[in-house]
Amino acid sequence: MPPFLAVEDLTKSFGGLRAVDRCSLEVREGTITGLIGPNGAGKTTLFNLLTGFHRPDGGRVRFRGDDITGLPAHKVFRRGICRTFQIPREFKDLSVLENLMVVAPDQAGERLWVPWLQPGRVRRDETRLRERAMVVLEQVGLARLAGEPAWTLSGGQKKLLELARTLMAEPALLMLDEPGAGVNPTQMKELTRYIQWLAAERGVTILLIEHDMDLVMAICNPVIVLSEGRPLAEGPPDIIRKDPRVLSAYLGARHA
Amino acid sequence: MTEYLIALATIVGIQVLLTLGLNFHYGITGLVNFGHVAFYALGAYASALLTLAGVPFLVAMGAGVGVAVLASLLLGTATLRLGEDYFAILTLGFSEFVRLLLLNARELTRGALGIPGIPRPWRGLGGVPDHIMYLGLVLIAVGVAFALCEVLARSPLGRTLRAIRDDEQAAMALGKDVLRFRLTSLGWGAGLAAVAGSLWAHYVTYVVPDQFTPEITFYTWMAMIIGGPGSTRGALWGTAILVAVLEGTRFAKDVMPMIDEPRLAALRQVAIGLGLILMTVYVRKLGGRSRPRVAPATVSG
Ligand SMILES: Nc1ncnc2c1ncn2[C@@H]1O[C@H](COP(=O)(O)OP(=O)(O)OP(=O)(O)O)[C@@H](O)[C@H]1O
Ligand SMILES: [Mg+2]
Repeated sequence: MPPFLAVEDLTKSFGGLRAVDRCSLEVREGTITGLIGPNGAGKTTLFNLLTGFHRPDGGRVRFRGDDITGLPAHKVFRRGICRTFQIPREFKDLSVLENLMVVAPDQAGERLWVPWLQPGRVRRDETRLRERAMVVLEQVGLARLAGEPAWTLSGGQKKLLELARTLMAEPALLMLDEPGAGVNPTQMKELTRYIQWLAAERGVTILLIEHDMDLVMAICNPVIVLSEGRPLAEGPPDIIRKDPRVLSAYLGARHA
Repeated sequence: MTEYLIALATIVGIQVLLTLGLNFHYGITGLVNFGHVAFYALGAYASALLTLAGVPFLVAMGAGVGVAVLASLLLGTATLRLGEDYFAILTLGFSEFVRLLLLNARELTRGALGIPGIPRPWRGLGGVPDHIMYLGLVLIAVGVAFALCEVLARSPLGRTLRAIRDDEQAAMALGKDVLRFRLTSLGWGAGLAAVAGSLWAHYVTYVVPDQFTPEITFYTWMAMIIGGPGSTRGALWGTAILVAVLEGTRFAKDVMPMIDEPRLAALRQVAIGLGLILMTVYVRKLGGRSRPRVAPATVSG
């Protein structure tokens, strides 16, 4: 069986800076894989390369055996990969509920003539979609805010909204860029539980970037440490925590 | 006076169609279209030339719509990938290109001489006076266009377009083929502009490239901004206010007989600018805003 997600020698430079530098790694199906590393290590850039937001300068990405290198973002999504953004990108003038409803792929009512010619069909689809979105909003604790425009949400709520949106897509691989940033401690516990539930009960493979070490240590296995654009270490969290190379990378010391 | 009001209503109706189209482009989809007049001109000329060649009015109008939609799709395919700034500039360039084309393709368009004698459809039908008949036709077009726009704005398509407007990258990450959706919006708005163009040509019965300067685009933007981008209803009264301001200043001569003509013309421009600024600010204060705070409810049972 081919690996679930395989990254081979992926490279991306911005001017003279190699943000991702011949990076190779694998994500195994069914895991919650943590991606950590100091600021500027290239974690977000790696996400952008995997999801069609940057074109790699070199290297390959394979997902379930298919080459998805350089595929445009909406086609990556079609393959079952969904990502969130480090800085929330909510649809600000849409309501929280609408933010979720947008996500359903291939809605009949997205075609120009269907809302005119088949209003009944659109109405039925919408009712079903709205129910499904409300269930997800309940799960992430945003149901109360369903009717509010998304721009009124707090930073932490926007992170939850980002997560909630991806769940409407039922992805095979969920890539979360710092899902816990700005989320308060109580919500953080729920978020942690929820991510674990997704992996365990819904069979979603999760790749997550996080600076909150408590979250990473609690739910991620394995943990991949990225430094200067490539993996420095990979392993179970308690081993990674004690790895001297990891410590020195975080402290900014040059590793050998 | 009634004649004048009927003429005014007809012009407002035609302008409303333009505003509805631009509102779809910018207000709902976030496309900065500075060349709206191009689609208007294509609709007007295609419809005029075809009816003069003996094609029935509605068929000619349909062909005008086809030409404009096709042009918008070609323009969009070529320019939408380049980013927002380029799109804005290139649409403006395109509208000037269309105008110059109409000016120079003399064999077809008679250039600066324009095309006179464009027939009004269904003249004298049922004994109804011509201008009233035509106003009725325009109002029907506006009614249908308004209803279709309103349905779309509240549909899943409208929701996805608004999502793309708010955050293109997020929409892409969530599986939306952004280019395809933008082209859909562009085509729909261009089609409405072409209907407006056709109605204009058969109303004034004479078209000339000078009628299709970027000024038309500018006024359409003003109407949309006054009404509030993203609001279909706003396109109606935004246009009405715009035409009222533009026309109202014509009567300045009656109130201020001491000022000579050229000064009055200049003053009129100042008054229009000022009026539009005040109107926009004042309307916003009243609770109108650039985008509806709570997005319109989606089609619901
Ligand atoms: N679009 C871009 N243009 C130019 N440089 C970029 C771009 N995106 C990222 N970089 C650079 O690439 C490097 C890696 O950035 P990246 O955002 O991937 O880091 P990160 O690991 O996600 O950091 P953080 O933990 O702070 O989010 C940085 O030096 C950054 O300045
Ligand atoms: Mg980052």
